[in-house]
Amino acid sequence: MSLIVKKVAQLITGFIFLYGIYIIVHGHLTPGGGFAGGAIVAGAYILQTLAFGRDTLLLKKKETNTSLSESISILIALMLAGAGFFIGTKVFFNNYLPTGKIGDLVSAGTIPLYNIFIGIEVAAALLTIFLALLIYKEEIEE
Amino acid sequence: MIVYILCFVLFLVGLYGVITRRNLVKIVISLSIMEFSIFIFLALIGYIDGGIAPIITGQDINPTYVDPLPQAMVLTAIVIGLATTAMLMAIAIRLYRKYGTFDIREIKNLKG
Amino acid sequence: MNSLIPLFIIIPLATAFIIPVIGKLTNYFAKTITPVMLLILCFFSISLLFCSKQESYIVGGWQPVDDIPIGIYLVLDGFSKLILCIISIIGFLVAFYSISYISKYTSENNFYALFCLMIAGMNGVVLSGDLFNMFVFLEISVIASYALVAFGVGKNELEASFKYQVLGNIASFLILFSIALLYWQTKTLNIADISDVLQTHDDSVFLTFTQILLITGFGLKAAIIPFHAWLPDAHSSAPSPVSAMLSGVLIKAIGVYVLIRLFFNMFEFTYEIAVVITVLGTLSMIIGSVLAINQWDIKRLLAYSSISQIGYIILGFGIGMMVLSKGGKEGVAVLAISGSLFHMVNHSVFKGLLFLNAGAIEYRTNTRDMNQLGGLAENMPITSTSSLGASMSISGIPPFNGFFSKLIIIIAAVQAKFYLLAFLAVMVSIITLAYFLKFQKSVFYGKNKNFRDIKEVPFTMSFSMIILVILCLGLSVLAIPSVREVVFDQAVNSLINLDEYLNLVIKY
Repeated sequence: MSLIVKKVAQLITGFIFLYGIYIIVHGHLTPGGGFAGGAIVAGAYILQTLAFGRDTLLLKKKETNTSLSESISILIALMLAGAGFFIGTKVFFNNYLPTGKIGDLVSAGTIPLYNIFIGIEVAAALLTIFLALLIYKEEIEE
Repeated sequence: MIVYILCFVLFLVGLYGVITRRNLVKIVISLSIMEFSIFIFLALIGYIDGGIAPIITGQDINPTYVDPLPQAMVLTAIVIGLATTAMLMAIAIRLYRKYGTFDIREIKNLKG
Repeated sequence: MNSLIPLFIIIPLATAFIIPVIGKLTNYFAKTITPVMLLILCFFSISLLFCSKQESYIVGGWQPVDDIPIGIYLVLDGFSKLILCIISIIGFLVAFYSISYISKYTSENNFYALFCLMIAGMNGVVLSGDLFNMFVFLEISVIASYALVAFGVGKNELEASFKYQVLGNIASFLILFSIALLYWQTKTLNIADISDVLQTHDDSVFLTFTQILLITGFGLKAAIIPFHAWLPDAHSSAPSPVSAMLSGVLIKAIGVYVLIRLFFNMFEFTYEIAVVITVLGTLSMIIGSVLAINQWDIKRLLAYSSISQIGYIILGFGIGMMVLSKGGKEGVAVLAISGSLFHMVNHSVFKGLLFLNAGAIEYRTNTRDMNQLGGLAENMPITSTSSLGASMSISGIPPFNGFFSKLIIIIAAVQAKFYLLAFLAVMVSIITLAYFLKFQKSVFYGKNKNFRDIKEVPFTMSFSMIILVILCLGLSVLAIPSVREVVFDQAVNSLINLDEYLNLVIKY
């Protein structure tokens, strides 16, 4: 890519990433949440990869890491939900943490935690899909 | 009422595309059009004129909220749509690799 | 609220995502944990089948407000218990069979992860008590099955998978559209609540439109005849354990089950809808068997015969619906519906077994073409015997289970005075016998042309086939009325008595 694209991508990526994190952690207060924020975070990575490009070997390594973190974050979210079997009213997907005051950042019990792990999961999944398609395309050209 | 019917027309446009197009990628795009017509329909169902976002803080006087359930449904359906589209594109790319073409008239190994 | 129903969804889902994490470290993890997990689910579901408790479970503890359900409901009644049993038993045997079969492919971990995901999705569809969750779980299981069909990444597999995906996606959109329409009219998604609202609702044009959309959508998923185009390709191209799963369980759990559940427990079906369903069932019964005669690819023949047998199941339910909506004798309807349920169980056993046999043949000879095969009975005694049993069962030879379930459906048709349907069912059974005789003759008997020095398949594969052929004989016990009542009466009751299902969810 040309110098302009590289420079702009360099400048803008950090802000996109931060904005994604903002959307994720405010998921229980404002519109958005895990999926929307995760998609934005993945967008930051994708922009970086598109602008600079990396050789295929490095991308392959990245893909195994993203798919691993995807599985792990889903497992953690499932464990959080399964913990509801043992705490409080003993129901699956039970909101067992104190709910706090409406409008605070730390409130709404377990919902922000789900949002965070879903955000990680979505970002990792989108990145895995993107990298899988990209690596495959480069394999064709070989 | 006309808006709801337009959604159904958009659905049929997508169906027309799936049936008539011969390019794998265009078929995928037509499927996406079908999908998004349903999302628009779902969003319209939940819309109430003059309604605000359903975040209940207890401070609004006489609030009118839009229906949040269809919005949740649309978000979930978008996630599913993402998975199906990614799956379709992955298969389309692999088909291109095997056959060297996106044209469905030349991809016809299976018959009978 | 200390029920353990959500475990049916949690355990397979957790297994599906543990496999990619731990499976990286050791190769044996995925192979062992999948059958073990499914064996646990087997015991769990069978123990549920024999206890009479029916219950609903509210996820997240959102209690109803003013008797209007607001949470996500999981409902366990007689019908879903039966399907859960089928899913876990066939799933366990197929997973055990795959240990040897899948070792010839690369990336086994992905296979097992997708397999567990498919099981989780199907369990979710069967248990879910509201429409939208049903749709989400349905999509989970079909996306896993799209990937599994394309698992071999050859030319045919990819083409079949693309075809399957396009038709499957159209079906999903139709289903989502009808869910949106229902929500628009009733402002609720809970099946029991919708049924409650629809009893006072009289917009019949809207209802008919929604019902037709639903029949088309789930008909595409269940491969009833005008919508069957994807099935022969997908079933014949997939790896054999996956074909067994698709044909034995998936098209029942996400197609027939949901169709029957919605029409019995949500809508008050009219006579016209009952006629439509019966006609579709009869058509797929006849056309599927006629198309199967001319096939020379083993798995393609089995796929067409799947369409025909699904036709039997739909026909039985259709007869029950026609009798009920005309206000005929309830005994006849009960007979027809329990015959259908019986045939559903039987079909998943013998069709699963036949696909596993086809896989065993392909495993040793690397071909599915009947013209090249022949005389394998000496080399592969277990495969040959079990496949003979399954063929006799599917074509309705007396000591096997297929005979009794078909007989019950035909008796019900005669008692309801649908003589033409009974005649057609007998005719199709004879055609089925014809093409399975052809299958047996050209694969296992006759002259062995090309494959003189092949051996029997490994233990894990033959074990599953032996268990299934024993089940084929053993399930005949269900033909005895007193035994049949124990197993099927709960399921039939929860279908016929609308109030029972409503009381389970909305406790008045």
